[in-house]
Amino acid sequence: MPTTSVTVPRTLSDALRVLADSPDATVLAGGTDLMVELNSGHRGATDVVVVNRIGELCTWQHNPQLGTLHLGAGITYSEIEQSPIAGWVPALAQAARTVGSPQIRHAATIGGNLGTCSPAGDGLPVLCALEAQIHLASAAGERTLPFADFMVGPKRTARVPGELITGVTVPVLPGWQGYSKVGVRNAMVIAVASSALVVDQEQQGVRLALGSVGPVILRCPEAEALVAAEGDFQSSRIRSTVVAQFAELARRAARPIDDHRSTAEYRRHAVGILAARQLRRAFPNE
Amino acid sequence: MSATGVASETTTRGGLGDNVVRPDGVAKVQGSFAFSGDLTADGFLWGATLRSPHPYARIVRIDASGAWAIDGVECVLTASDVPGRATYGLISHDQPVFAHEYVRFEGEPIAAVAADHPETCRRALAAIVVEYEVLAPLTDAERAIDGSHPPIHPDGNVLRHQRIVRGDQSIVGPITVEGTYELGMQDQAFLGLEAALALPDPGGEGVELFVATQWLHEDRKQIAACLDLPEEKVRLTLGGVGGAFGAREDISLQVHCCLLALRSGRPVRMAYSRQESFRGHVHRHPGKVWMRHHADASGHIRRIEARFVLDGGAYASTSSAVLVNAITHTQGPYKCDNATVDGWAARTNNLPCGAMRGFGVVQACFAHEAQMDKLAAAVGIDPVEIRLRNAMETGDHLITGQVIESVAPVARAIRETAALPLPDEPVGGHDGDPMRLPGGAGLTADRGHIRRGIGWGVSIKNLMYSEGFDDYSTARVRLADGVASVKFATVEVGQGFVTIAGQIARSVLGVDDVVLETIDTKIGSAGSTSASRQTWMSGGAIDGACRLVRERLFENVAAAHDLDAVQLAIDGTDVVDTLGTLRVAVAEATAGVVIDETFEYHHRPTEDLDENGQGNCHTAFAFVAQRAVVDVDPELGLVKVVQIATAQDVGRALNPMSVVGQIEGGIAQGLGLAVMEEIVQVDGHVRNASFTDYLLPTFLDMPDVVISLIEEPDPMAPMGAKGVGEPPCIAATPAIVAAIRDAIGKDISRVPVRPGDICLTEVG
Repeated sequence: MPTTSVTVPRTLSDALRVLADSPDATVLAGGTDLMVELNSGHRGATDVVVVNRIGELCTWQHNPQLGTLHLGAGITYSEIEQSPIAGWVPALAQAARTVGSPQIRHAATIGGNLGTCSPAGDGLPVLCALEAQIHLASAAGERTLPFADFMVGPKRTARVPGELITGVTVPVLPGWQGYSKVGVRNAMVIAVASSALVVDQEQQGVRLALGSVGPVILRCPEAEALVAAEGDFQSSRIRSTVVAQFAELARRAARPIDDHRSTAEYRRHAVGILAARQLRRAFPNE
Repeated sequence: MSATGVASETTTRGGLGDNVVRPDGVAKVQGSFAFSGDLTADGFLWGATLRSPHPYARIVRIDASGAWAIDGVECVLTASDVPGRATYGLISHDQPVFAHEYVRFEGEPIAAVAADHPETCRRALAAIVVEYEVLAPLTDAERAIDGSHPPIHPDGNVLRHQRIVRGDQSIVGPITVEGTYELGMQDQAFLGLEAALALPDPGGEGVELFVATQWLHEDRKQIAACLDLPEEKVRLTLGGVGGAFGAREDISLQVHCCLLALRSGRPVRMAYSRQESFRGHVHRHPGKVWMRHHADASGHIRRIEARFVLDGGAYASTSSAVLVNAITHTQGPYKCDNATVDGWAARTNNLPCGAMRGFGVVQACFAHEAQMDKLAAAVGIDPVEIRLRNAMETGDHLITGQVIESVAPVARAIRETAALPLPDEPVGGHDGDPMRLPGGAGLTADRGHIRRGIGWGVSIKNLMYSEGFDDYSTARVRLADGVASVKFATVEVGQGFVTIAGQIARSVLGVDDVVLETIDTKIGSAGSTSASRQTWMSGGAIDGACRLVRERLFENVAAAHDLDAVQLAIDGTDVVDTLGTLRVAVAEATAGVVIDETFEYHHRPTEDLDENGQGNCHTAFAFVAQRAVVDVDPELGLVKVVQIATAQDVGRALNPMSVVGQIEGGIAQGLGLAVMEEIVQVDGHVRNASFTDYLLPTFLDMPDVVISLIEEPDPMAPMGAKGVGEPPCIAATPAIVAAIRDAIGKDISRVPVRPGDICLTEVG
């Protein structure tokens, strides 16, 4: 059989105990990535720990005082795309809406998206732009990493054997935010290029993160600095020449490859268009 | 989606012309329909196939001893185990049952195993050692035909070369337009994967196979030859088929499954995965088509030059017939007296190609429709006018010299399509729904980024088989106690013959109750469910059998009432005397009587083409016009097809609801080829053998479809009805691409159109 054992813990502490005993076990949440890999033979036999019955991981907490939202790792995309979560992190809701089909979104979780950590993962550019904090736990204790330190390569994370992703904390920001994604079909498609733009009205800044155009989700500090200097955050005003420069900086930040889904040339081009259009949506006035 | 002139509910008794609901429809929607992959038998084994990882290699050595050593493995087969003919094929037998000496495409079967569990099968396949000498694959069709590459098969690298030379070869201009058009490899992508269950006879003297196929009798012929069994010892029953579109015309797992069952003495069940299916059946031919049209100043076509190169992949399948279909449809549904066409089907180490909905005409139509638009531009008239000026009529000639005898309402189809309403919605819909914009859920565009375009696709498609093939179908009808039982081997792949068969019997015999018997080889062949042929051919067979039964019914009634049988007729469910007052219910007239008749329907003979491509090679033709409205995001290269309007020449709509289903489905498949569907191969390796990366249109990608059915019954067709399955799929691709060109003002010559083709390339 492809798996040697399947364990279905009901509590976080049980899960961490199982992982301590078999640290190389594969963690299954929604199974929307794992089952595809198993069925296609791309992944061989391992122990499996199923975490989608752990109630503690399937909750969220909104903290208005801190202005934060904590999402348990087991929160599904269909929960994220709906109120109330969609109202606090609209860009994440938009990203959730682009994931697979309704059936997939009912099963797939934010923790699973982080666990797989594909450069094409739809939630990741938003988490990157929001500077999300990723929470990990093991039998030895807990730790929290910023997204930028968590994703270390294509499908590679800072999670060590025995650790479980327990959740993610993101800021609830008042400004404009959005997620855009190019695929070759109008829904249910893997990103060829994607972009998340978040306006931090208080800090008078923006954060731009690009997906599917590099080995990890890419932030664009130069493009962000340009808007901080040139954007009028009070009247949502920005000059078209700045928008064009912003697009160019996004294109330069991209490190895309050619593969069967698209070409590096198109990806670089598309991500610039997405960034520019998002900036104009955030700053509609010339 | 809406359709004009099509009622939405069954209001009558289910005869010809009624909207009859499919008997298998609800079960399929609810998931209770038994597809071939759901079949099972007591004590069955699982079968699995070892496939080549290389597009081209010499097999140095195969050692299957490791597989035999695994507990639970009951049978291991390689090429040396095939008892009969080592190769198979629909036209020439050039494809090995198991690769012998060479593998010629990635995924070619090398061995098969039967074991007690799929996981045991997986381990057994992994334990078979195959030593290869890997060779550089031949993947360029041009190199295959220019003779610069050594033969990759004993039959050579050219599967067929055929020219068409007609009329005055010296005609040039005054207006000349030309272009080279390219099509990627499309997959049929049926949802019900290849699957079968084989039951061995005691003593291994024969075998029974339940299988999803398109043509039971042809399968049987090929299986029997490979198994070295008499045909009557190989009995086939149709397993539930989840779509076919041509991909089940060639055999895939049939011989493997039967041989595993015969050798193990146990029932064997095989079912392909999606990955395996992409390599386990033939595909639509990718190809390059060059065309040059010469026209007079008002746009009338004077002469066409063309060159077709179709990549047939590693084995012949139906490539030679696909090529002839392509080149003989060069002119499209337009008048043309002079032509020079050179057609090649090449053998390469790419995936084998064969039948797919449209069968060569897709390739021709994509090219000739682009040419018609170029011609319109050169003459300075619009795309509708250029097509009307050249529209073919009954009595015109194909460039093969064949006279079009079919009803040919080309001009009417164009005019009726043009008269259908354009979409009333603005870009993005009335309420700015982002799902109505190119990019959809990805929120890539705002209304202001989008440009709208309109394009046309008009096509001609031959119906039934060509080039001298004796194409026939058989049906038996038994009438007893007011119930008609209909027996045929016509494969139901989803096209709806199961409603048509009953409708014919109800209308001709005046019965309410029709029983459709099991679809198997216990009756003569029905031919293939392909080439838009079953309503005509098997419909003709059932119609013929019903008429024979009705004659005998009338004789019985006439004798009982001292009347002349010729004055009797069916009226509803009664036999009536057209000259008198007698009215007797069919049920009453057949009480205690059994009338049983069998009928074989043949279409009229066709001819081979001569060396100049001249000859009456086709049987009949159907026509369709489509107008596509498309929204394009020129900066990102994304497309949303907004509407397809179409008028289709159907002869007579025997089940209008079913016809609408065929048209909508055909449009979806044509849309797929236009903007997303392509098997990507690099050096003979498939890069996207999954539905994650081989993208099919979803419901959200479907446009509104507005349909007008043109019902001019064809005198040659048994019930006046033409096949309707292929034409909509052919016209949709060029119509959508023309609309994209119209929206962005660029020449696009390749499908599927990739985003970069729209937004990165210069005006060509």
